Amino acid sequence: MSYELSAHVRDEIDHWRARFPADRQRSAVISALHAVQHENKGFITAEHMNAVAEYLDLPTIQVYEVGTFYSMFQTREVGRNEVAICTNISCMLRGAEDIVEHVEARLGVKLGESTDDGRIFLKMEEECIAACCGAPAMMVNHKYHENLSTQQVDEILDGLE
Amino acid sequence: MAYEHNQVCFHTLGSDESWTLATYEKDDGYQSWRKVLAGELSPEQIIEEVKASGLRGRGGAGFPTGLKWSFMPRDAEGQKYLVCNSDESEPGTCHDRDLLRYNPHALVEGMAIAAYAMGATVAYNYIRGEFLDEPVPRFEAAVKEAYEAGLLGNDIQGSGIDFDLYTFVGAGAYICGEETALLESLEGKQGRPRFKPPFPANFGLYGKPTTINNTQSLASVPTILRKGAAWFAALGPEGSGGTAIFAVSGHVEKPGNYELPMGIPFKDLLNDICGGVLGGKKLKAVIPGGSSCKVLPAEVIMDCTMDFNSLQQAGSSFGTGAVIVMDEDTCMVKVLRRIARFYMAESCGQCTPCREGTGWLYRMLTRIVEGKGEEADLEKLVDVANKIEGHTICALGDAAAWPVQSFLKHYIHEFEYMVRNNGRSIVDDPSRAAA
Repeated sequence: MSYELSAHVRDEIDHWRARFPADRQRSAVISALHAVQHENKGFITAEHMNAVAEYLDLPTIQVYEVGTFYSMFQTREVGRNEVAICTNISCMLRGAEDIVEHVEARLGVKLGESTDDGRIFLKMEEECIAACCGAPAMMVNHKYHENLSTQQVDEILDGLE
Repeated sequence: MAYEHNQVCFHTLGSDESWTLATYEKDDGYQSWRKVLAGELSPEQIIEEVKASGLRGRGGAGFPTGLKWSFMPRDAEGQKYLVCNSDESEPGTCHDRDLLRYNPHALVEGMAIAAYAMGATVAYNYIRGEFLDEPVPRFEAAVKEAYEAGLLGNDIQGSGIDFDLYTFVGAGAYICGEETALLESLEGKQGRPRFKPPFPANFGLYGKPTTINNTQSLASVPTILRKGAAWFAALGPEGSGGTAIFAVSGHVEKPGNYELPMGIPFKDLLNDICGGVLGGKKLKAVIPGGSSCKVLPAEVIMDCTMDFNSLQQAGSSFGTGAVIVMDEDTCMVKVLRRIARFYMAESCGQCTPCREGTGWLYRMLTRIVEGKGEEADLEKLVDVANKIEGHTICALGDAAAWPVQSFLKHYIHEFEYMVRNNGRSIVDDPSRAAA
């Protein structure tokens, strides 16, 4: 199955590529994958990465290496809304484990899994998301929510389409 | 004692739309850069001034910023680069996010000045991918405003100075905060630290001379040049010039990012600024500069001042200024296990001691928490940590080892208790509940 980059994604890649010297198009791989993943509702496949490699005139392996290294890229199918609860030290001290437990029970999935209806991907977030003073915190489709209570979390999750 | 807040990086905070060019200029912003453009400040003067200010890198290592700048072969032929490290991801650290959101022009101006001082005409700000919703657009808007105001570009205001500034957005990897991993990432590769030497000042981005500075370090520069090195140096004690943004998190009444003079006593930071320990509980321990720093027990940190020398003498370090506060009910074994999981997940994998050792640490700690630990594990934890420390290309290995060494040094009784009680934490001891 082959995949063709949309005009929007090509524009986006060109926009980033222009920031680097002419023969350094490899620097645009990360932004290219962000653009493709965004358009594909949250994950990328080998076909997407092949298309990026072709467009940037790079060996496919160079794109695979990036796609599989960085934690923001999902290389298997996941739910369309990404929920990433920070459980790192500052959030842990302020009750992140209770938030995770609550969300897992409510959604019926474990960290790293997506709901059966494909609505929510509950990401296993390893990093500290740098919202430590607003702990516990989470990112929903990259938007930060801080000083969370389970009630607020419910409202946010219920609002996802 | 009353302390003056927000004297340098957060100076615009509290103003309406603190992130706009209009606000920044009303606050004396771009005065230093305009002096450069008018030919009133030479690269040598700038570097000497930054050296004299005592500014040390705010990204964790605390290297003197002016000295770092002096390593650049400023007059060499060919392209040179400045890179700002906004890959803020040291656990506990969240002040660069606020700097990018609330005073991005201080960084734009600081980068312009730094690049000029080092003979670089192009700079990138590497911002972590997770910041793409709010900090990235704010910074990009500031760059755009600065271009439109004729403060960036080619032959800026007829000065003959060229400077182009671009944003780069990462994609989630703690290791990219290590400066050579960051360069690899900026080149579109996996973030794997480079073996040094050669150092970036000789062989950096695309093989060209490059200097990498932290966000807060660069954002401090315009104020240093405007108010003078002596003013900045005098804000803090010997060896720790200026202010720092303390990101205080964990068990305090008022967590927050507080820009305060270096050298503030910890007890004032805790009690006067942050309202004391959450719920009036007793303090147990503090990690003073992000999760990679060694933990300090309450009785040690209560006598410390928050600066490079004091924290080093106490057996830890200033790190990123991320102060993680833990109360008396915190289980130190569980905290260490969480920290160990982080380093295991974020190890890039190229050095065996780190790739394998971080996994051993996490698995041993998990075994202890699950009630299957043995007394011999405690010695083995330190042994593995010691075998990682100093034996890897970058400091992530050390960062994984230091928490283990320090937690076991100060809180060995908590680990022993858990091993002897099948995984029960000392904080759940029945005698404590009765008391």
